Formats: sequence, structure tokens, C-alpha cells
Amino acid sequence: MTPVHLSARRRSGLSFLAVVGAGLAILFGAPHLVGTYGLVQLTLFAAVAIFALSQGFVWGFAGIMSFGQAAFLGLGAYAYAVAAIDMGDSTVPVLISVAVPMLFAAALGYFMFYGRISDAYIGVITLTVSVILFQLTNATSGSQYHIGQAELGGFNGMPSVPPINVPGMPDDQLDQTGIWYVAMGSLVVVYAFLRALLASRFGRVVVAIRENETRAQLIGYDPRLYKLLSFTVSAGIAGLAGCIYVNWGGFISPTVFALSMSAQVIIFVLVGGLGTLLGPILGAVLIQGLINAAGGQSAVDPNLGLGIILVAFVLLIPQGLLPTARALLARAGSRKEPARAAAETARPLAAQPLAPETRR
Amino acid sequence: MTATRPGAAPLRPLLQATDVSMRFGGVKAVDSVNFTLGEVELRCLIGPNGAGKSTFFKMLTGQLKPSSGQIRLRDADITGAHPHEIARAGVGIKTQVPNVFNALTVRENVFIGAARRTSVKRADAIVDEMLVRLRLTSIASLAVGQLAHGQRQWVEIATVLAGEPELVLLDEPAAGMTQDEVHRTAELIGEINKTHALIVVEHDMPFIRLIAKTVTVFNQGRILMEDDVGRVLADQRVRDVYLGKQAA
Repeated sequence: MTPVHLSARRRSGLSFLAVVGAGLAILFGAPHLVGTYGLVQLTLFAAVAIFALSQGFVWGFAGIMSFGQAAFLGLGAYAYAVAAIDMGDSTVPVLISVAVPMLFAAALGYFMFYGRISDAYIGVITLTVSVILFQLTNATSGSQYHIGQAELGGFNGMPSVPPINVPGMPDDQLDQTGIWYVAMGSLVVVYAFLRALLASRFGRVVVAIRENETRAQLIGYDPRLYKLLSFTVSAGIAGLAGCIYVNWGGFISPTVFALSMSAQVIIFVLVGGLGTLLGPILGAVLIQGLINAAGGQSAVDPNLGLGIILVAFVLLIPQGLLPTARALLARAGSRKEPARAAAETARPLAAQPLAPETRR
Repeated sequence: MTATRPGAAPLRPLLQATDVSMRFGGVKAVDSVNFTLGEVELRCLIGPNGAGKSTFFKMLTGQLKPSSGQIRLRDADITGAHPHEIARAGVGIKTQVPNVFNALTVRENVFIGAARRTSVKRADAIVDEMLVRLRLTSIASLAVGQLAHGQRQWVEIATVLAGEPELVLLDEPAAGMTQDEVHRTAELIGEINKTHALIVVEHDMPFIRLIAKTVTVFNQGRILMEDDVGRVLADQRVRDVYLGKQAA
């Protein structure tokens, strides 16, 4: 172990503690600082940030072009809504909201990865699947479409979905502050989980396969299995985001499967920084904030504004906010201590998802 | 030539390819090749471009499935198995164009090679040992994408060796290297050969002279001859195919 290697590991540990610390500070600080209305907004930010993490992991680290993550968000949301209405107690429905998208992703992923579908077609298939689910749920108007007591409601969706309750006590439902703790707590837990996963042998192999699938195979790893597992994990995270999304609004409609949902989360990741975990969180908060602000005015069409932002980022800051900020910091540091920084700049470069030559 | 190891039946070859052919449409890239390699043997493959050497390697590692014929590794039939299965059976390859993990550091590259068979802790120890052995310690924290071609080749060799394969295939290990690097590579091959069997594809004749004992010559998908290095390099037919005198 060289000193440089140790310092890279220590820096990574410090950044982890800093992010988790900041997350916990927001978790416990926000209820004291903002009113109920502000807390409800922040809950939505936490939900979309979890959704962005699922996209950031599957695309930025596993290199899988899953462009229909909304399918898993929607499946998680609908699974929770249906199960919560049918069961009363929300404990099992929360687990179901994670399990259903994972099972669906495992089945879909099996055919895609073991059928040797190429990267671009995986993008097409995942996107198409989300559109199919959108059309399917849209077509469930009428009382004949029900699962147990839960009517799916077609394009009108399902109103008054019961919120999460204290486990085992269906009558003790969480209020908006309680939902906030669940949402933000989940975001911190998902972030910590993904950091741990990426530091593990499994995570390191996943990233290696993204870099060079042939080499990973020739060493003895089966890329199909690693991709399937990564895809399934990301679907579970998106499902959890869906569960929190329903709890935020108390209502669910087929728009969770819409193309705009899948597109937005891709923009979150691109703006924040592909191949990072903090980047997608920041991107989600920033863009969702802009979307909310755009909704309150009528000068610019919100979708047009979002499109302009995306084009501007791809042209001006293609690496995304976080990697660009890190590179600027590293450059500022290198001016002060050229010798030390020269050895260390290698690390931020290496941490980027796609080396410049592979990013086309 | 065939050394025996404890546990291995005497005289059974490590690798045996029987009547192996590879057709691409109407072209026979490899045509009924019979090839046998003993335990801990070092074999060099030579032949002009397009002779079928790399195709043969791709069949040995599962990247291509032979059109016909059989490939056995000790007792196991590995014909047409997946690359990761063949790698697990103990075949490691350094490909002609280096296949490395560009965005990862040298250390991370070698770690991925070591970590498949063993615990993370043991893998870290293997990585340290491998970095010293291939003199990569000083560049261990650099991203492999930034390195020079020769260094990338060694990173790839280190990654392959970290997986402790039984049989190491090296496709043009000396290509694009400086004179010093070529000598170091030759030394390294000698070291590896103390415990591992190797097949080396190379065009560099001085390099072949440096390392080879037995040489197999490929030409137009077939084995032209297989003999001691001195006799092969003195052979008129071998000189002819390399100079392109033989009419197609």
C-alpha cells in the first residue's frame, strides 16, 4: 500500500461521512426550520433524489442504459397503493413496493442480458416497457379493473392511498412530518447502501465490467449475472422512491410511468454528474426545484425550459456539476502544491465514470 | 518436455485441441488443427498475419466457438464454453490489443484479477506482490487509461497472473515495447514458466530466440511445422511463408 493509495481511501471515507452527516443534519434540522408546506416540498425532493440514485447507479456505475426507470418507480408506487388499500397495515406494502419492481426487473433483465441484447437496444426496450406500462394502467378505467378492494382507476389513478403507519398499528398513520423522516431517512440509507455496495467486491466488479466487459469475462466474471443483479437492485431503489412518492401525494396515476418521468431522471443524473452518487441527488434537487418554480409562472413553458437546461449542460458542462466542481477544486489545489497534487489528480480522473476516450 | 505434477496423471497433456476448425462463411481461418501442450510447457506460435493464430487463441478462451473439433483442458471438455467458464477452469489471456479497465487505477485493475478466486484481504496481498513483481508499484495509483502502451501491457499481464491461471496465453506481449521492456518481458516469461504453462504468439524473431524452446508455425489456418526453435527458424519453408514467397 502506497501513501497515495491510503490517502485516496481516507478521502473517500471522509467524503462519505460528510455526506451522511449533512443528510442527517437535514433530516433532523428541516422540521425545525421550515413549516409543513416546506417539509412537503422537501419530501418530494427526497423521493426524486432516491429515484435519481437508482438511475445514477444503474447507468453511471453499471453502465446499463436503462432509460425506462419510471417503469420501476411506477410499479413500486402502484404496488404500494394496491397493497396498502388491501392490507390496511403499511409494513408489508412498503416491502412489496421494493420487491415487485425487483422481480419485474429480474425477469426483464434475464431476457435482455442473457439474450445478449446490445447496449443501445437495452435503452430502447426499457423505454418501451415503461410506455407499455403507461398505456396498460391508463386502460384500467372502470370498476372491473381491481386487485382485491383496490380499483386501479385508469387515467384518473388511485386517490386517497393510505399513508405509511407505525409498523403493526394501522390506525397510527404518519403525518407529514413523519413521512418526511421516512423519505429523508430512506435517502440517507440508500446513499449509504450504494456507497457500501460500490466499495465491496461486487461493486468493484460491476464498475470493471462497465469499463471492459471482455476483460472481465476473460478473468472469469460472468457479466450477464452482474448486470442482472445491478439492474434488479436499481429497480428496487426506484420502487422505494415510488412508494415515497405515493406517500408524498396520497395519490397515484399513470403519469408515474410517463416518458417525461424517465427523461427527467436522466436529466437529473446528467446535470449532477454521471458516475457519482452525490451528483444525481444534487441534480434531482436542483432540477425539481426549477420545475416547481417553473410551475408557478407562465412566461416559459416548463418542458421547454427543461430541454434548454439539458442542452446547455451537455454542451457546456458535459461532465455534470459535481465532477466539474471536483476538477476545479483539484486544479486550484495543484496551483498551491504542484508536487502533491500531480500525484493525486489521477484519482478524481479515475473516479469519473467514462474516461474521456470512452465517452462518446 | 512434459513435466508431471502431483495429482496430475503422467503423460496426460494440459491442453489438447483435436481437429479444430473455424469457418467464417466460406473462409477457413483455422483448418483441422491438432495441438497438444504439456504441463508447465512453454510454446511459441509464429506465422504470418492471417495465419489463424489469434482465431486459435479466441477458440481456446471461448471468445469464438469452433465450427468443429474438440478442445480439452486436462479432463474437462471446454469446447464452446463461455469465456468466464474457461477462465475459471484456469486459462488466462493477454489479448493482442490490451484489454484493461481504463478508468480504474493500476491497483484496481490487478485487484479485479485477483479477487475472483479469493477473499478481499488475500486479493490485496496478491495485488501488492504482483505490483512488485511487474515493477508497477510506482504507478499503482494512476488510471490505466493514462499509461503508455508497454505499461498497459504489463498491467494486463499482472491482472491475468493475479487470477493464478494454470495456462497463460500471451498474444504479442512484446509488441510496441522498448528494448529494455522486451528484455524484461522475456525474463518475466521465464519466471512465469517455472510454475505455469504458456503459449506465446509473437512476430519478433529475436524475442522468440530469447524465450522459445518449441515453436509451432501456423500458415493459412494450418500447422506448417512444429519443432525445436533452432530448426524452425532455420527452415526454408518458414522463411518463405514469412517473406510471402509461397504462392497462395
